[in-house]
Amino acid sequence: MIRILLLSITLFYSTAGHAIEANQFDNAQMEADYNQLIKELRCLVCQNQNLAESNADLAQDLRRETYEMLKAGKSQQQVIEFMVARYGDFVLYRPRFKPSTYLLWLGPFLMLLLVITLVLRHFLNSDEAVSADAELLQQARQLLEKEEPRT
Amino acid sequence: MNRYLLPLAMFVMVLGLLGYGLFLDPKLVPSPLIDKKAPIFSLAMLEAPTRQFSTADMEGQVWVLNVWASWCIACRVEHPVITRLAETNLVTVVGLNYKDQPEDARRWLEHFGNPYATSLIDLDGRVGLDWGVYGVPETFVIGADGTIKYKHIGPVSEEALDQTILPILRELLS
Repeated sequence: MIRILLLSITLFYSTAGHAIEANQFDNAQMEADYNQLIKELRCLVCQNQNLAESNADLAQDLRRETYEMLKAGKSQQQVIEFMVARYGDFVLYRPRFKPSTYLLWLGPFLMLLLVITLVLRHFLNSDEAVSADAELLQQARQLLEKEEPRT
Repeated sequence: MNRYLLPLAMFVMVLGLLGYGLFLDPKLVPSPLIDKKAPIFSLAMLEAPTRQFSTADMEGQVWVLNVWASWCIACRVEHPVITRLAETNLVTVVGLNYKDQPEDARRWLEHFGNPYATSLIDLDGRVGLDWGVYGVPETFVIGADGTIKYKHIGPVSEEALDQTILPILRELLS
């Protein structure tokens, strides 16, 4: 039991305690900006990690660059522009809304709309089918009634 | 029969997209620098650290910038191909020695041979960052107008040199 506990504690700390530099921030806003930026920027080497999570050399460089730009009084937006100019939209975990990403942003809603239309049409059609059947049934009944009973 | 046609068509479409995705290389990130002005820089030369190389020196020329490092294993694979490119004497091949120790880099060139007109010391990788370097080796083709015409990520293979880079260079030079 204790062994399992120790193992889980070790494993927990091994994943939690990485990629932290001792940065001095001028104020709380700068620290918040920095932490948000390194969460939203992607490391290009280990592509499914952001700058905060990655230990790759490049991620360290990009974190340093982010820190130094903020230190120099640059805004979050300026840091993002800087990264996009060099590495393209791929560095952004939140893709921008522009012509080439319209489908990405709107696609899910279009799909939803399509499915809703299909479902609605399906139910409306089946109602029609039932009513058509009812009409036929009525006709059939009338025909049956008209027929002379055999003696 | 007809009612199965639409779901089937959608299924085949999704399958097609997924299949296409399987053959894409996610490591290849398109560079936003293509057809943009090459980032300017001035760096010390590996062979003569007191002398500076500046992008301005290459003005009006078609040239190739090859990013390499002595710690980069793939650079060894690429080395004979870069040597062949340099030996065509079509263009000046400049090396960007990325985040390397100059002594290690010099030893590497002595050992494998030096195909570069000059190699530049990018000790902290800042120039590499400006050029959007994220995986060494990388190779850039810069046109006479100072814009980046082409970027090759990863080691240049014999095929990539013959079928892509050399044709681009010949077209730029003609």
